[in-house]
Amino acid sequence: MQSHIQIKNVNKIFSTGGREVVALDDINLEIARGEFICLLGPSGCGKSTLLNGIAGFSLPTSGSILIDGHEVVAPGPDRGMVFQEYALFPWMTVEKNIAFGLEIKKLPRAQILEKVDGLLRMLNLQDFRDRYPKDLSGGMRQRVAIARVLALDSPIMLMDEPFGALDSLTRRNLQDELLRIWTSLKKTIIFVTHSIEESIYLADRIVVMTYRPGKIKRDIRIAMPHPRDPSSAEFNALKKELSLLVMEEQQRHYQEEIKVPAGD
Amino acid sequence: MKEFFRVKIVENLQGFLVPLAVLALWQWLSVQAIVNPQILPAPTAVLVKWWEYLMPTEAYDPAKSGYLAWIFSGELIHDAYSSLFRVVTGFVIGAGMALPMGLLMGANERIYKLFNPLIQVLRPIPPIAFIPLSILWFGLGNPPAIFLIVIGSFFPVLMNTIAGVRHVDGIYIRAARSLGANQTTMFLRIMLPAATPYILTGARIGVGTAFIVVIVSEMIAVNNGLGYRILEAREFFWSDKIIAGMFSIGLLGLAIDTGMNRLNNYLLKWHRGIESN
Repeated sequence: MQSHIQIKNVNKIFSTGGREVVALDDINLEIARGEFICLLGPSGCGKSTLLNGIAGFSLPTSGSILIDGHEVVAPGPDRGMVFQEYALFPWMTVEKNIAFGLEIKKLPRAQILEKVDGLLRMLNLQDFRDRYPKDLSGGMRQRVAIARVLALDSPIMLMDEPFGALDSLTRRNLQDELLRIWTSLKKTIIFVTHSIEESIYLADRIVVMTYRPGKIKRDIRIAMPHPRDPSSAEFNALKKELSLLVMEEQQRHYQEEIKVPAGD
Repeated sequence: MKEFFRVKIVENLQGFLVPLAVLALWQWLSVQAIVNPQILPAPTAVLVKWWEYLMPTEAYDPAKSGYLAWIFSGELIHDAYSSLFRVVTGFVIGAGMALPMGLLMGANERIYKLFNPLIQVLRPIPPIAFIPLSILWFGLGNPPAIFLIVIGSFFPVLMNTIAGVRHVDGIYIRAARSLGANQTTMFLRIMLPAATPYILTGARIGVGTAFIVVIVSEMIAVNNGLGYRILEAREFFWSDKIIAGMFSIGLLGLAIDTGMNRLNNYLLKWHRGIESN
């Protein structure tokens, strides 16, 4: 049986200022339906590049990405994306932001309203319905961004360091919320992060990536039941193991940075 | 509470201090005949003249017109109306052409490259430099004046619209694409609102330019309007009427700017830094 998401021999080469950077080097990955997978690594390891490839924003230089056997050629509402910068439309109210994708689908008014009501309730946003994004805190904005993607009922949710800009308490709060949503809606989630703890707290499976060229360094499955206790021995053993892997790559990143003359 | 109001009143009174002092000095200079009243008439004389300019010239006659028509039959009202009419007409035509063109040029690189050289050549020509040509083409009266205002408001709106569309943050476009937006939706619901702050800035500059151009063009090509009136007053050596006219121009400018400000706050109530209430 074919996997839900298949990434086959994917390469991505960027050329900047006459220099070629291999962002992704022969990536092969199979992701099952309903899996919660974290792409982990230091900045520059190509984890966001891979996510953008799956999203269809930036296609691979070679190789292919297949969703249920169909090659990804463009962005689409079957793969909802949550950005670190929230990317809410500031000229729309919370309600309008959530309804945007549904209005594009030309659903009947009543149905849109019902759906938006449900999502506002689900993410505790009822009191913010008519507010503009500028009046919301970072955590609230990210809730709206998640609701906007959930509105589309897309089976896949792509998340690019979505909680990276939030304070630690808000972050934990949203992580729990995300787990609750994932459990009840059975989405496939591909979640990019550079936080080791976050990846262990959330994922079924952690894919550690190497710094340039971006390759898969390790593919780890986590069987711990939710909710996971970050102070448990098992959690910490995993954290130690992953820290070593990620720090190696971080070191290579650092070495490269100090080697390249300033202004690059 | 009482204390609060007292502070408020004192603060407001402070704002009047300097203008009152200037008025007092001006009045004193005139009353003492230190300055020839032909050159600088007293503020009271200006006020009297302004009132005359504002009020109807003929006595009220119910047989000839209604009361409202009569009360608005003064020269100043007519002049202000004529000037405002020109500004609004010229601006609506100018901005009405600039907006779709700017949106197209901002969104489409090929159209931008096609039209940009011509625009860069025409844009630095001050609208006032078009006066001789506009009279040659359109004669005297409203047409040349409106033509100049069209030119004056066209370029600021165009340039800002282009900049606004070109500066739309890529993340909104990516988000909208992943939510399934097609070209039309992208344009109407993402590009256009995202560019609104720029477009409105262009509109404000455009209206400001239009207001300058209307006064100048009335001094040259038309025989009514506020600009014409103060030039006419000079020929009769009516310095009090010149100053009364100048203040009227200022008041009209203030009214237009306040209106634009209101529109701006309404359309940008979602924008950072503007409080919605």
